Amino acid sequence: MQECRLSANNLACQRGERLLFRGLGLELAGGQALQVKGANGIGKSSLIRILAGLLSPLVGMVERDGSVGLLDERPALDPGLPLGKALGFWQRLDGPGDAELSQLGLSGLLEVPVRYLSTGQKKRTALARLLGQEAPIWLLDEPLNGLDSRGVALVEALVVQHCAQGGIALVASHQPIALPGGMAIDLADFTA
Amino acid sequence: MKHFLILLRRDLGLLLGGERRGATLLPVLFFLAVAMLYPFAVGPDAPVLARTGGGVLWIAALLAAILPLDRLVEPDLELGLFDQLALRGISEELTMTARMVAHWLSFAPALLLAAVPASALVGIDAATLKTVELGLLAGTPGLAALGVLVAALTAGLRGGAALGGLLVIPLAVPLLVFGAGSLSAGGEAGIALTAAFSLVLVAITPFAAAAAIRSARGQ
Repeated sequence: MQECRLSANNLACQRGERLLFRGLGLELAGGQALQVKGANGIGKSSLIRILAGLLSPLVGMVERDGSVGLLDERPALDPGLPLGKALGFWQRLDGPGDAELSQLGLSGLLEVPVRYLSTGQKKRTALARLLGQEAPIWLLDEPLNGLDSRGVALVEALVVQHCAQGGIALVASHQPIALPGGMAIDLADFTA
Repeated sequence: MKHFLILLRRDLGLLLGGERRGATLLPVLFFLAVAMLYPFAVGPDAPVLARTGGGVLWIAALLAAILPLDRLVEPDLELGLFDQLALRGISEELTMTARMVAHWLSFAPALLLAAVPASALVGIDAATLKTVELGLLAGTPGLAALGVLVAALTAGLRGGAALGGLLVIPLAVPLLVFGAGSLSAGGEAGIALTAAFSLVLVAITPFAAAAAIRSARGQ
């Protein structure tokens, strides 16, 4: 996997009138994982979007080496299409990845329209899309939502595997998750 | 180019056969319905119908193009599709160009075909039909561009669909004036002007719609 790096310096984020957090800095190199903790609404998703470059911070800057794979609450799969076709669109864009659908528990669902999948199954399909993208920097926003205990273990295993291959994983979650290295920051320490 | 074709294939698949096929069928059915109702409303006076029929087809085409607006951009914004594409380095300009081409392909050829039975319904002759067809051929790219532009601008707004319809009408007036104007005696230059206005819309839409998508992301 290519060299990757993710660093942020003195980030502050404002949504509407509210200053969510300030003075936040982080520095991740290949192979490292970081959990961002914090209560609902504290700005975890905004931080992820800032780090992904989809949202401008109020102040501060973000530097990224390597492409970003984003997993959030929106799976970006057409609800009316069968799962196989909906994933096929991303496979055509990302190149034929070796995402193992059986490993994700999806192999029997390829003919099922995306809208009939359960929350956890949708999360698994989003993971399949993320794996296929083969991006070195993973930004995962609440990846455990809706997953059963086997799904949680699966996400943890995927992150371990990703970091072992030299990737970066930043996981925003209010739930406990076992990450390699066990690094964590709490957004509550940076609230204004 | 590879990305463009993949996007175009997806958009066309959705608009023609998938989830959003109403975006193709509805405008054409609406167009035919207007052509069918018009003689009932004004009466079977052949000269009147022949004189006004071409203009009615133009109005019907314009209003038909408004119908699919809410399906063009909004659903993909909610899906997070544009974010995922941006992370892959695919520009919004490319995404919106593909959307515009797919939208045109999904409704314009069908509309041009439907104009043939519609011309019989409103009783216009073959020469006028030819002018209408040429005018629609020149004008529908502009209508498609305008549709994508306004859909992108209003995506994510409350009541965006209704607002979109209201926004398209004044912006489409030049297309209607030149397009329907080409039907009057000595108005042949109207088709060229329609095509020119279409070209302007097609040229600015990818950039303006892309800016709209990026600004919707910041909210």
